[in-house]
Amino acid sequence: MSQTNGHSHPHGAAGHDSHELPFWRKYIFSVDHKVIGIQYAVTGLLFLFFGFCLMMLMRWQLAYPGQPLPVPFLANLFNETQMISGIMLPEFYNQLGAMHGTIMIFLGVVPLAVGGFGNFVVPLQIGAPDMAFPKLNMMSYWLYFIGGILMLASFFVPGGTAQSGWTSYPPLSVIASSGQTWWLVGMAFLINSSLLGSINFITTIVQLRAPGLSFFRLPFFVWAQFVTSFLLLLAFPPLMGAAVLQLMDRLAHTSFFLPTGLVVNGAPIAGYSGGGNPLLWQHLFWFLAHPEVYVLILPAMGIVAEVIANNTRKPLYGYKALIYSVVFLGFMSFIVWAHHMYLTGMGTGMSAFFQVTTMIISIPSVIILTTMILSLWGGAIRFTVPMLFALAFLPMFGIGGLTGLPLGLNASDIHLHDTYYVIGHFHYVVAPGTIFALFAGVYYWFPKATGRQMVGWLGKLHFWPSLIFINGVFMPMFIQGMAGVQRRLYDPMQYAHAQPTQVLNVVMSVSAWLLGLAQIPFIVNFFYSIFWGRKADQNPWQATTLEWTAPSPPPHGNFTSEPVVYRGPYEYASPDSKSDFWPQAMKEKN
Amino acid sequence: MDATIHHISKPHPVTGVTNSKLGTWLFLASEVMLFGSLFSAYVLIRTGSPSWPHGWTLLNVPLATLNTLILITSSVTMVMAWASLALKDLGKYRLYMGSTVLLGLGFLVVKSFEYGSKFAHHHYPATDTFYATYFTLTGLHGLHVIGGIVLNTYLLFPGSALWKKEPDQFLGRVEAAGLYWHFVDLVWIFLFPVLYLL
Amino acid sequence: MSGLTHEEVKHHVAVYIRVFAALMALTVVTVGVSYLHLPLALAIFVALVIATLKAGLVAAFFMHLSGEKRIILAALLLTVFFFIFLLIFPSLHAL
Repeated sequence: MSQTNGHSHPHGAAGHDSHELPFWRKYIFSVDHKVIGIQYAVTGLLFLFFGFCLMMLMRWQLAYPGQPLPVPFLANLFNETQMISGIMLPEFYNQLGAMHGTIMIFLGVVPLAVGGFGNFVVPLQIGAPDMAFPKLNMMSYWLYFIGGILMLASFFVPGGTAQSGWTSYPPLSVIASSGQTWWLVGMAFLINSSLLGSINFITTIVQLRAPGLSFFRLPFFVWAQFVTSFLLLLAFPPLMGAAVLQLMDRLAHTSFFLPTGLVVNGAPIAGYSGGGNPLLWQHLFWFLAHPEVYVLILPAMGIVAEVIANNTRKPLYGYKALIYSVVFLGFMSFIVWAHHMYLTGMGTGMSAFFQVTTMIISIPSVIILTTMILSLWGGAIRFTVPMLFALAFLPMFGIGGLTGLPLGLNASDIHLHDTYYVIGHFHYVVAPGTIFALFAGVYYWFPKATGRQMVGWLGKLHFWPSLIFINGVFMPMFIQGMAGVQRRLYDPMQYAHAQPTQVLNVVMSVSAWLLGLAQIPFIVNFFYSIFWGRKADQNPWQATTLEWTAPSPPPHGNFTSEPVVYRGPYEYASPDSKSDFWPQAMKEKN
Repeated sequence: MDATIHHISKPHPVTGVTNSKLGTWLFLASEVMLFGSLFSAYVLIRTGSPSWPHGWTLLNVPLATLNTLILITSSVTMVMAWASLALKDLGKYRLYMGSTVLLGLGFLVVKSFEYGSKFAHHHYPATDTFYATYFTLTGLHGLHVIGGIVLNTYLLFPGSALWKKEPDQFLGRVEAAGLYWHFVDLVWIFLFPVLYLL
Repeated sequence: MSGLTHEEVKHHVAVYIRVFAALMALTVVTVGVSYLHLPLALAIFVALVIATLKAGLVAAFFMHLSGEKRIILAALLLTVFFFIFLLIFPSLHAL
């Protein structure tokens, strides 16, 4: 076992004098992974809430096009470039759309899933005192915070915020108003935050595992975060490159993305040389953005795996298959990106190649989902609140994944591309998919983070309406998509073929608003339980992984003495132990 | 409780590396992808253009050759700085590290002459896609050079205080900075022929 | 790298000087070849071969990649694969 540096000088990391730190260094500019994880999680949840509000506004326009907002108080929040007499302007609808996507993905889900859960749980699950680079960790959070502020501030610049989709396709994004520049700069901060974080995660998982914790004894959650970090490390830089190029186009009037002979509003565009290619942006953007969707799902799969093993009281089925699948999935995710570009005219050869890789990538995905479903067989299932969300994840992700198939196949995608079918597909994976898994994670690890339990019946009151209404929002989208209703339209009913589906818009919007109401029990539960929840002991779920051997909440440095690991992560119902679980770090029989 | 993070100065017994060495290489991997995306952009734009000037017709090859030699020399002085430190010679370390910083500044001076001359002849990034790629690629590279100079200056002056307290950890930091600086040299080794000689 | 002895470092230094000379020479070669104004495809090939050689020397000897630990080499191999993919594929639209 390698030696530590035996002296008292703290390497800017887990110092021995945390009780002497002033408030602002202990809770605000902290280098402790648990504090940073909570910072990420809370900020992420706030952004999720904000992004949800943007969507609720959009859904008013879709359900009741051209109608003023029913609540005058709401209408007064907006100026005349956004709404006139409470009636939404198309430009504002586009801003809401672009920023809903941007905020949910980059400011909400990933910071919560990776920055929040990853930071808090991974060092604990590997038996480490903190991340490998605590100061870098802190910097990652504050870069994210600044990026978020820039994104929010962009709403207030002349011309409004970014409005060319979260995908920012040129030439439109190049000629768009200044809000787009704020988006690009904000993204630069977020990308750098992610990069530093991924370096930290990979180094931590490789270098700081406790004695006895080999790679094939790691909880699947750690493997999922490990692969996710490689995706972030290698896929984000091309988007950074693309952002630099788009900034050059916007600010220095280069023509990386502007083709020769571009005509805007009837006149040739002035001040640009031309010679560029809009597809260049699409290639570089999707080179990131496809792995990004696996960044969105992998931590969620990790959480579901943990919760299922714990609440079936038996080992996960196919642990090795899960690991090989997630590694293969991560690798394949880099070479499927152009399935987002089937309709760009890039050629049948390219389309055929990417169709093949896209079909191949569904295999590990299906293996992962199947092993999780099979893990339920023969289990003594405890229907705790985390388990409810984890169970719901399975069919919801199944629907999301299956509806991806006609999109991944070039021929059917011709009909479905840029319709509501696409929106339905990806929301199923990320909303009742990932976000449900994240809720499972909150309910599951809340006792570890706070030392208190959340209220069970409030959790069920959160779960059931959410499940019903979230399907109410997204299921009809498949019908709309197959009917040819296009996405990103302020008024999709301007087309006659879409009009028979308008009633579905009302159904979806009402479901969305009710879904919003259904989150109130969660918000109440969360804040109530922090202060007055029933005290939780060290291992309230009788779980096997290392984080449950630390106190709740863990102190600075996490473990009173470094854990030693003797077995795999899911030794439930082991014939060698008396009780139905055998913790990884417990030498003697349980 | 033992709250110390392991493998900061002593390598991990199985992986054989320190945390900072692994972290630095991971960072460089991300930089490979960053410059890779820009080279990819260059390839796409150039192959999609009906015509493209040869670099030597528009750019200053002798100046860029000088810059190449400057950067290569600075890579040597950088690795010599590390070697001096490994031989526990702080004086030699300062000499070589100082040379690396000066050479880096020299690179930037030559670069500013190049850019200045272009601007004086009214050649800007907006002029055409050739100049757009030239300025953007060399500009981003130049920003990385500046970053390296800042880092090396820190390690030359205030950062070197760590040598007295934690010599192994400081050596690791110098090695990490060296890896970054060599990478910046490496990018230029490709940029130079691609932009100037083809 | 506290594991290195004085002799090992001194040997490394001798290698560095030789690599330095090789890099200078290769720079002269690549600039010289460019004056030949070869046909474009050949010029690209030669320039990239020489650049790869120079880069290889910097990576192997200055960056100590020669004899580096497996974990580093594995991460880099993965990266190089994706780098090449990214470099080539977007331009294949003619297919």
